[in-house]
Amino acid sequence: MSGGKKVTKVFKRVYPFYFLIPAGIFYILLFLVPTAVSFFFSLTRWSLMDWSFIGLDNFVTFFKEPWLYTGLQNTMIFAILTSGLKVVFGLLLGVFLCSRIKSGEFIKSLVFFPVLVSTIAVGITFENLMHPSNGIINGFLAWFGLKGPNWLGDPDLALVSVALVDVWKGIGIATVIFIAGIKSIPEEYSEALQIDGGNAWHKFWNIIIPLSRPAMNTVIMLSLIGGLKTFDLIWAMTKGGPGFSTDTIASIIFKQYQAGFYGLSTAGNVILFLIVILIVMPLMKLLTRNEVEM
Amino acid sequence: MRRNKWMILLEAIVLIVCVVVFCIPFYFILLTAMKTAPDAALMNLQWPKQNMLWENIKEVFGARNYMLVRAFWNSTLLTVFSLLILVVVSSMAAFVLQRRTHRFTSLAMLLVMAGLIIPPAVVPTIWVLEGIGLFKTLMGMISVEVAIHFSFCVLLYKAFIGGIPREIDEAAVMDGVGGLGLFYRVIFPLLKPVTATIVVIEAVFIFNDFTHPLYFLPGAKNVTVQLTLYNFTSQYVSQWNLLFANALLITLPPLILFLFFSKKIVAGMTAGAVKG
Repeated sequence: MSGGKKVTKVFKRVYPFYFLIPAGIFYILLFLVPTAVSFFFSLTRWSLMDWSFIGLDNFVTFFKEPWLYTGLQNTMIFAILTSGLKVVFGLLLGVFLCSRIKSGEFIKSLVFFPVLVSTIAVGITFENLMHPSNGIINGFLAWFGLKGPNWLGDPDLALVSVALVDVWKGIGIATVIFIAGIKSIPEEYSEALQIDGGNAWHKFWNIIIPLSRPAMNTVIMLSLIGGLKTFDLIWAMTKGGPGFSTDTIASIIFKQYQAGFYGLSTAGNVILFLIVILIVMPLMKLLTRNEVEM
Repeated sequence: MRRNKWMILLEAIVLIVCVVVFCIPFYFILLTAMKTAPDAALMNLQWPKQNMLWENIKEVFGARNYMLVRAFWNSTLLTVFSLLILVVVSSMAAFVLQRRTHRFTSLAMLLVMAGLIIPPAVVPTIWVLEGIGLFKTLMGMISVEVAIHFSFCVLLYKAFIGGIPREIDEAAVMDGVGGLGLFYRVIFPLLKPVTATIVVIEAVFIFNDFTHPLYFLPGAKNVTVQLTLYNFTSQYVSQWNLLFANALLITLPPLILFLFFSKKIVAGMTAGAVKG
């Protein structure tokens, strides 16, 4: 855009910066300012009325206390597991729904609807379905003579169980993003492949996978960011238990807030901020670099 | 024709698996909401001996001095006012951010995009709310929802405004309107499709929001629908039928929206995700 004086003057009148003020008030006051001051308050012992500076003590606590450290690990495991599963199942469903089938729209609606349902309702429902002795899931497994595990009661399994429910609820978004990505691949590629005698497998592997990379990257980023921040599903299903086996940073932030350790809670927020930035930013660069030109 | 047969078989399998995986949980909610407490405790898919749905719903509504009624009222207010403010402020902001290329707008855009990635800082937000006297008030909660959902709305509006030719602005400027006049008389009416998308999607998100009201709107008087469900989990330890009657009730509004606007919701969420 060239910046002649006259053009700038017209711009100022037609597209005035004061249009940004109403939104700016909300956004700066209730998002940017809290984010900025969180760095300071994470270094304090804080009661909202009053604070005392304690340096990096809160962060040291986070890395030293085993139950807080577990939360850090769980956050990573949860985010990676859910986004991996969403990519795999979203891609498979997306490819399937883009092929010539009759029930496509119906299946798409079915898979998408949980995205819009209250997370708390989903959590409570699956708490029932995953009940070790009465639950439907283990009842189903019993048909095949399998003894189902204690999904949410076994500390080694609980995090995975919650992750599976998160995938169930979020797979719809991944699927529709993949569908949009696959549909945007020009027809010529498949035609060329057919002339060369390629089959469906070749099409999947040599056309759909590389050319739906932008969609895949979107799904990865979206579910990683969402996974790192997950709170409501974990709170509805396990409240971080059994023990601390499903605690994540977000649930620790809430627990410390409830206990009145505002400084420590805010340190959790800063750690989450840093993790999101440190993982997401480089990954975004890496992923977009590998995208193939269409 | 062999391949076709395989395709039909595959389709049948996927269809059955999807129906089982995605329908049974909802069927379970409905069935449990219809049962008596002892039957609901069995957690199975048996058809209830007698249909208690109406009684259960009445009991859930009456519980704790009509808490659920108040919650529906609060959630409706929260959703409607957040949406109104969001639509007004984010469409205006997106218009200027899209039309003007300037060092300041690129910086502003960067900050707006940060809102999609960075988790909101919880206690500092409470600190700000207390400072301006809005903590534990509906007005404060509405403001927080606006701040949190602002980025996503700007993204959708900005993408849509990018498709509106500048010639329209120029023609309006020739006619002597500019600034607010141009925006509200010419541009805003053209944004109807994307405004509708935003309203539907954000209505579902804000109505379903559990985490932020939990933090920023505590107190029995301020309860929202998601919190009733959560509060009842401790109260109804052995009364799953009532809990699921509640779950059924708060699942209905999104379901109704989805039945009418599924195309818009899916398209809007895909666009928002891809642009982000």
